[in-house]
Amino acid sequence: MTTTTFSDDFFQRLQTVRDCLVHRALPPVTVILGLLIVWQILCSREGAHLPTPVAVVQETWELIIHPFYDHGGNDVGMGWQILASLKRVAYGYSLAVIAGVSLGVLVGISTWAMRGLDPVFQVLRTVPPLAWLPIALAGFQNNNPSAIFVIFITAIWPIIINTSVGVRQIPMDYRNVARVIRLNGWEYFHRIMLPAAAPYIFSGLRIGIGLSWLAIVAAEMLIGGVGIGFFIWDAWNASLISDIVLALVYVGIVGFILDRIVARIGQQLTRGVTV
Amino acid sequence: MSSHYLSIEGLNKVFRKGKDVTDVLRNVNLHVDQGEYVSIIGHSGCGKSTVLNIIAGLIEPSTGCVILDRKEVTHPGPDRAVVFQNHSLLPWLTVYENVHLAVKKTFQGIKSRAEMRAWTEHNLELVNMGHALRKIPSEISGGMKQRVGIARALAMEPKVLLLDEPFGALDALTRAHLQDEVMRIHNELGNTVIMITHDVDEAVLLSDRIVMMTNGPAATIGEILTIDIPHPRDRVAMADHPKFNEYRAAVLRFLYDRSTLGGKGAADGDSAARDQRDPDASPEDTENNKKIIPLSRIA
Repeated sequence: MTTTTFSDDFFQRLQTVRDCLVHRALPPVTVILGLLIVWQILCSREGAHLPTPVAVVQETWELIIHPFYDHGGNDVGMGWQILASLKRVAYGYSLAVIAGVSLGVLVGISTWAMRGLDPVFQVLRTVPPLAWLPIALAGFQNNNPSAIFVIFITAIWPIIINTSVGVRQIPMDYRNVARVIRLNGWEYFHRIMLPAAAPYIFSGLRIGIGLSWLAIVAAEMLIGGVGIGFFIWDAWNASLISDIVLALVYVGIVGFILDRIVARIGQQLTRGVTV
Repeated sequence: MSSHYLSIEGLNKVFRKGKDVTDVLRNVNLHVDQGEYVSIIGHSGCGKSTVLNIIAGLIEPSTGCVILDRKEVTHPGPDRAVVFQNHSLLPWLTVYENVHLAVKKTFQGIKSRAEMRAWTEHNLELVNMGHALRKIPSEISGGMKQRVGIARALAMEPKVLLLDEPFGALDALTRAHLQDEVMRIHNELGNTVIMITHDVDEAVLLSDRIVMMTNGPAATIGEILTIDIPHPRDRVAMADHPKFNEYRAAVLRFLYDRSTLGGKGAADGDSAARDQRDPDASPEDTENNKKIIPLSRIA
């Protein structure tokens, strides 16, 4: 008796896992394989300038299997390069979150602040991230804070703008509820305003993290030192095209993971609140 | 000063938006005794919600005043708890937390933690929602949300309970069910209730008195009808009650023949309401919000 139920149960689970694989994993795996084959064919021709995927793996195998070696200076593994970039993003992005949400709340609740600051924001946010780099270098006289500043200034605009929209969109009903039960300013801020605006804030945070990661690679190409951006630039100067391809794959995957992390935190914190 | 529990004296309300001036209410006077159930009925846009919001303290009158239990109403407070039309539960809090937030703010320093917890649960049980304490609003039906809204208001032990079209967004069966429940609670607790409605049957079934408002602009009280049917009332028995049909006909007659006495007509009243867009002043603001961001309401 028990063995039959056990095996039934086992097969049932196997079935579920198989269905899941077929429906979820099969389409992306097929597409990726297809793209790799096309790439392989295109770059196998005589006179191709780019390496084939097989060549990429062969040439970068040492880098792939030793992500955390350290030979001093810039000669460190891909893991360290990415961590260095992530560290800069973490500093710049955290500052952008704190400043962006604060300014967004201010612009959201004060019409005066909105009228004064909005034109400034609208102009500054169109400045390309890298255009800030020379100014930052002139101001800080130092590479690392300049890169962090570029991340900060890139990520802050969508955070400010989304937060302020979220705060302004708080339904009248919630404000009325707050007034009837007499919430004070602080209670209103953390009981009503932040949760009500959270979906907007998190869409700003998600755009912000994406832009940060875009900007760090470009900024690091210019400032040098350890970091995935300068790794790519260095590889280009040494004509190591396969290294560049591997770096791009890593950059893409890390960017994807960052986006998912922010999205997941947002989902957890905004349960039940739909926009 | 009058000896009534709740007095509305010479209320006028004018909304200004730039050069546009809308005369919403003109000289509204009403006296309500303790324990009375009063409905305010009228066509949409006639300013009945404005009256309720002024009693709640959410809107200030242009002239005139509201006196509750010998004190003038100057700002919103838990002694005039409102049940909003679309429940207005905070979607990020559970059913229990929604009520408990109001309980905590109302009874801080008066009740102990354990008493407040018990009081929250008691009120949710009163509206038969004791089974869903840990659910969040998006997980329960519209009728249940409205029950929680009622529990939240009752939990504040208001001197007067203000119901703003509390059953308007519900389907007919759920509405009947909730009306019965509100009747039962009113019989048990004897609260003073003011309810805004546009449903004639609902008004006659629940009320001690029905206040009929003329159409805006410059709406005022056209007529007050006393419903002389003893409580507790039974929905099914009422259907055959000769007086019930008489009252019903009287309200209908007023709404369809005589409500235009003070104003220009229902259509004008509606457009006047639509013109008021000032976010801080408009009585129709909740409806405007709904139009702009409908999805946030589906919660």
